[in-house]
Amino acid sequence: MIFKYQVDAAAPELAGRASTEFKSVLKQLGVNAKIIRKISIAMYEGEINMVIHANGGEITCTVDEKQIEVVMADSGPGIPDLDLAMTAGWSTASQEARELGFGAGMGMPNMKRFSDEMDVKTKVGVGTTLTLRFNL
Amino acid sequence: MKVSEIQAVLGAKIFNEVDEELEVDYGYSCDLMSDVLAFVQNNDVLLTGTVNPQVVRTCQMVDIRVIVFVRAKEPSAEIIEQATDAGILLMGTHHSMYSASALLYEAGLPGEEIENDF
Ligand SMILES: Nc1ncnc2c1ncn2[C@@H]1O[C@H](COP(=O)(O)OP(=O)(O)OP(=O)(O)O)[C@@H](O)[C@H]1O
Ligand SMILES: [Mg+2]
Repeated sequence: MIFKYQVDAAAPELAGRASTEFKSVLKQLGVNAKIIRKISIAMYEGEINMVIHANGGEITCTVDEKQIEVVMADSGPGIPDLDLAMTAGWSTASQEARELGFGAGMGMPNMKRFSDEMDVKTKVGVGTTLTLRFNL
Repeated sequence: MKVSEIQAVLGAKIFNEVDEELEVDYGYSCDLMSDVLAFVQNNDVLLTGTVNPQVVRTCQMVDIRVIVFVRAKEPSAEIIEQATDAGILLMGTHHSMYSASALLYEAGLPGEEIENDF
């Protein structure tokens, strides 16, 4: 099963809508509550990043019997130093994003921690595609 | 701790209604939503000075059902509606985050213990 969501960076107050919608899909599918929570947290961090660091994009969630894959693709500025971006506490978030309660530099380490597999493909000036996999 | 007790301890105002009487096991006080996402594992009440739709979204992700806005901050009608749809109760207190946390702790509500491997 495939679920696709558009993420609109022009409406930051809507950020998190895709994660909220996918969370209710997972509940309807009867996925284990602990796994739902991990997926929701990681996907939400990724969705927020697409809004505050890039210009939105598309999220594709694939559910099969053994795993759930969440692919978040944006055509934003890309990440120049991925190791640094993965470091807890590192953030380039704007003042605006900080006022929303983001910018602690915890999103990337959180996604790593809550997923079973995390893969980031990024190119400066082209964009970032983040893939998270969760075992069922 | 029942929501009615939280309300009494903090002299709190209630902004919306949810269908059940909610109860929480721990408290967590924080303005950073990424911290909430990283560390909250249990059935907590969130005390926060951050007021925007992302606070409600964040709580939806980690299954927090009760939010207390500190320092007399008021949520917009839009935030209240979003919370009601999500079954999340919103309260407000004039106390600062420190005092509100202390009052609840003193009344017997423990803090969420942080377990992390960063
Ligand atoms: N999709 C993206 N496009 C461009 N840069 C990104 C993207 N995602 C993350 N980054 C960069 O990586 C840094 C670290 O991201 P991370 O999510 O860990 O922290 P943050 O978003 O700054 O703060 P937090 O997630 O705690 O609110 C960001 O500050 C930003 O510089
Ligand atoms: Mg982030």
